[in-house]
Amino acid sequence: MTNGQSAVIERAAPDLNALQEQIQQLQAQVDALRAQSPENRLSMVVFSGDLDRVLAAFVIASGAAASGMEVSMFFTFWGLTALRQKRETRGKTLFQKLMGWMTPVGTRGLGVSKMNFGGIGAKMLRTMMRQQGVPQIEEMAQMARDLGVRIVACQMSMDVMGIHKDELVDGIEVGGVATFLGDATKSKATLFI
Amino acid sequence: MEIKYDIEVDARGLQCPMPIVNARKTFQTLQSGQTLRVLATDPGSVNDFKGWANMVADAELVAQETAEIDGKTVYIHYVRKK
Repeated sequence: MTNGQSAVIERAAPDLNALQEQIQQLQAQVDALRAQSPENRLSMVVFSGDLDRVLAAFVIASGAAASGMEVSMFFTFWGLTALRQKRETRGKTLFQKLMGWMTPVGTRGLGVSKMNFGGIGAKMLRTMMRQQGVPQIEEMAQMARDLGVRIVACQMSMDVMGIHKDELVDGIEVGGVATFLGDATKSKATLFI
Repeated sequence: MEIKYDIEVDARGLQCPMPIVNARKTFQTLQSGQTLRVLATDPGSVNDFKGWANMVADAELVAQETAEIDGKTVYIHYVRKK
């Protein structure tokens, strides 16, 4: 006790300028850390165009959004087929036209990743889900969007596959890898589906 | 066990993620201190509501119980808005 008191008395008067400088440095460090710290966000890459996988993506997205998380979904390659609303051929190369014809338009045309048997498997799965009271993928996608999920279509895949923005459902964004990374680096969880 | 609640969401017969999605919609309309009661038949909802309450900052899981209603096991969750 006595020692402690004397130590206080002996301590030199604080240098206010040095203190202020120290506080400013700390403030800058806190700001830098805050900029790096993750938001309550989930980022997903939806690469697959399989009914079951895309459904899983929308279930996770709706669940996360319902739990108060910000959610970003980046649709690329086969995943883009889930976002299509029409099939167009104008202004496309032969291969792009072929690809457009051979890939599904929207979630209704998606097949399952296993046991699809030309679409019979997908129909079977949809029936089984209906029997169990599981919402269909279309309702799930609508719900995700109603809950404020950010949906971004990959521009590069669109260019390669010859998909124009007006072929995709309305109200989505278009972006590149940096758009994904911008959200992913701020996320608590990232998934590749 | 009798627990007071202000509003109820009936998610019986619904599967994941519908119980929490529907709970969320109603929970947002609650005022601080009010309690929401959710009825679900999905056994997974027991763990789902624990996880949900952990993630939603202003939600507190007050109690969980099971009951037999119309011959079905119903999982009842009480969530209070902090």
